[in-house]
Amino acid sequence: MSVYLDHNATTPLDERVIAAMIPYLKECYANPSSIYREGRLARTAVDSAREQVADLVNVQPSQVIFTSGGTEANNLAIKGTVSDASRRLAVSAVEHDSVMQVADSLGSHWGVDVIPVNESGRVTEKAIDDALQEKPGLLSVMMANNETGVIQDIAAIADKAQKLDVAIHTDAVQAAGKIKVDFQALNVNLMTLSAHKLYGPKGVGALIIDKSLQLSPLIHGGGHEMGYRSGTENVAGIVGFGMAAALAESELEKRQAHLMALRDYLESHLAAIQGVSVIAQDAPRLPNTTMIVVPGIEGETLLMQMDKENVAVSSGSACHSQNHQESHVLLAMGVSPEVARCTLRISLGKDNSLSDIDYFVFVLEKNLNQLISSTWP
Amino acid sequence: MKLPIYFDYAATTPVDPRVATKMMECLTTTGNFGNPASRSHEFGWHAEKAVEVARKQVAELINADPKEIVWTSGATESDNLAIKGVAHFYKKKGRHIITCKTEHKAVLDSCRQLEREGYEVTYLTPEANGLIDLKKLEAEIRDDTVLISIMHVNNETGVIQDISAIGEMARAKKIVFHVDAAQSAGKVAIDLASMKVDLMSFSAHKIYGPKGCGALYVRRKPRVRLEAQMHGGGHERGMRSGTLAVHQIVGMGEAFRIAREEMVEENQRIQQLRNRLEQSLMQLEEVYINGDLEHRVAGILNISFNFIEGESLLMALKDLAVSSGSACTSASLEPSYVLRALGRSDELAHSSIRFALGRFTTAEEVEHAIHLIPDKIEKLRELSPLWEMYQDGVDLSKVQWAAH
Amino acid sequence: MAYSEKVLDHYENPRNVGVLDKNDDSVGTGMVGAPACGDVMRLQIKVNDDGVIEEARFKTYGCGSAIASSSLLTEMVKGKTLDEAGTIKNSDIAEELALPPVKVHCSVLAEDAVKAAIDDYKSKHK
Repeated sequence: MSVYLDHNATTPLDERVIAAMIPYLKECYANPSSIYREGRLARTAVDSAREQVADLVNVQPSQVIFTSGGTEANNLAIKGTVSDASRRLAVSAVEHDSVMQVADSLGSHWGVDVIPVNESGRVTEKAIDDALQEKPGLLSVMMANNETGVIQDIAAIADKAQKLDVAIHTDAVQAAGKIKVDFQALNVNLMTLSAHKLYGPKGVGALIIDKSLQLSPLIHGGGHEMGYRSGTENVAGIVGFGMAAALAESELEKRQAHLMALRDYLESHLAAIQGVSVIAQDAPRLPNTTMIVVPGIEGETLLMQMDKENVAVSSGSACHSQNHQESHVLLAMGVSPEVARCTLRISLGKDNSLSDIDYFVFVLEKNLNQLISSTWP
Repeated sequence: MKLPIYFDYAATTPVDPRVATKMMECLTTTGNFGNPASRSHEFGWHAEKAVEVARKQVAELINADPKEIVWTSGATESDNLAIKGVAHFYKKKGRHIITCKTEHKAVLDSCRQLEREGYEVTYLTPEANGLIDLKKLEAEIRDDTVLISIMHVNNETGVIQDISAIGEMARAKKIVFHVDAAQSAGKVAIDLASMKVDLMSFSAHKIYGPKGCGALYVRRKPRVRLEAQMHGGGHERGMRSGTLAVHQIVGMGEAFRIAREEMVEENQRIQQLRNRLEQSLMQLEEVYINGDLEHRVAGILNISFNFIEGESLLMALKDLAVSSGSACTSASLEPSYVLRALGRSDELAHSSIRFALGRFTTAEEVEHAIHLIPDKIEKLRELSPLWEMYQDGVDLSKVQWAAH
Repeated sequence: MAYSEKVLDHYENPRNVGVLDKNDDSVGTGMVGAPACGDVMRLQIKVNDDGVIEEARFKTYGCGSAIASSSLLTEMVKGKTLDEAGTIKNSDIAEELALPPVKVHCSVLAEDAVKAAIDDYKSKHK
């Protein structure tokens, strides 16, 4: 038995997504910029996918800029809008590295304000007000956190920002496909999406833009994507993203209910295990994400043990699992470094079942008992 | 024979079936779908291993060290990263860049962006055959020149630049040398152990791999430094962040492996077909080949049919998928800037067609084109007032045109 | 470029291709455009004693929609008086052929061509 519970790192492709992509890897291979019939067919496929992605977040297709993924979209959103005139950027303390490190890279030229979060991982009204006082050129707050699953009240934050004419970006990579994401209703100016977190392919994402916003491109050459992002379109990837978005939209309620049932089942079992606690359990969270603390046992050690029994989980974000640092997300929530090293993230997917959870809990308990007995002989 | 016949392999190529098979293995749930950055479970390790195999396959085609390969989303991103990355990193050393007017838009537009940031760029004019005169290049080098960016093979004309010689010159003057090799990988031998190239851009989809994947070669000895253009997560040794698209990378690796094993034989076959097409079309009156006849890749024939406008010819040749210039600009009405830079007249630049043959082109397809084209040329020339004037002995260059 | 059926029809079966004797007093010739711009259009009209255009011929160097615009134009002017032909607007042609926006300049060229042909005829009959 092999159980994959790391869907916030990446998801397997949906079979229907693969089926949609295959023709664009095989017979329909033309360059969408070519003007003969085959090229126009590829262009039509890209345009249909643009509509599908637009529908998922309730925008016009012309607001969708395809990129090579969430990281590029975050880079484009921030570097493309923060101009010399504003020279300030405000980001929440729990953003993904692709926002944090962009902020760091700009830090020498621009002032960067990091907005603190409370112990539940949420930015508070007061913190937002303070950040807005500085009149940043852009405010970036993620919709749902990849490690804890904690959801921010983006609509309320955007409302404050819009009143002061501050543009707002939200990284919705983890939210899209798991909860309802409506660009219009949230009243944001920029939004990042990624295909491979919602059963689409890796290497494709999108930045959703409010067209009244000035945005300068990051990648130049040829003027693709309305001039915002040059480079031959990844047609098969984009088609896959479109299909994944369409499925996410039509199956959202079903997936949500399924994930929530699994998560509640999981958390009820975890509650019975001595010493295990769930991070931000009472905060609004994604239906699929549970981050647990097992005091005294390093997350890295635990998950290596779990892997031997074919259970794939993570100690946090996949992106910085190479450098064994404590999660900046947990530290920002006031978790001590010692405790922050003792975490495990379980992120469920639409194809997980109750028996997957049973197996996970079984393997977890077994390993905990072994590790505890070896730690305290 | 399937119509239309695809003669646009320089715009993009179909994915080789062997490549598609490898990619499929990374897409399905039973396959290798993990995130290579996941270090905590087997799904992640398998994905990482596949990525490293592909890195080695790409490095082998160009005789480089796998550690010198950085994955990107395509040659456009590679060009942007190389040019802006070097310019930004070495800006204290100098702010002058040399490139050529016939480069791909990804290079030209990156340079334009740097000009907006206060850099100075010299755009060399190539000779009429498309080749760069090395003496003219040398004359443009200044004390503050930090980067020379010259493409290996031109996407419109197929002309091959002498990058070995340019590399020697750049190295002697300690200038970073970038080469856009999107059109040359798999078509021309590349040996980075002997060529003094510091950065080289590659694309997967020009070499029977998938769209949306590319690589940048970054030399380690002597080391070339770059300022990252995309931040977050520190993938690719900090030079290019973002989750690696495993299926794409695996496809690119397989495509480069196949190219390494088959390119010599394949190019001979393609060149024979191209020569057959070329010799046949040259029988027509007022036909001109664009670009040097000798220093040219096997698959490309860029030819101007004087007194016929390119787009109307494309329509007449609707059974042939050909292009009247680069795919990136073909939606615009401008004549090819590449041919203009070669000094071609407006008429000839407007009258050009690029035939780009490739791996799946057959002799039968070439014969069909040879059979089809002369009739269409004749029909369009019957319609052309310029052709009539030419036949009446009017010198078109002396006519006062009513510009609009 | 996705062209309408009508453009394709005129392009594939152009009407009234050819030459009239430009030295004939009853013939007006208009040549507009330039090779540098990618299109040159030559329209010729033959006008009878009642001032009605009874024949029209064209040759065009240009894209598919330039060829279609001039072919359609020869059909439109036939049977019209000079004054009537002079009122033909580029939008009439663009609409009839459903030209995409980037190709509207082809219909402008056609309007210029008919005006130039009329002017040429009139200059012979001052």
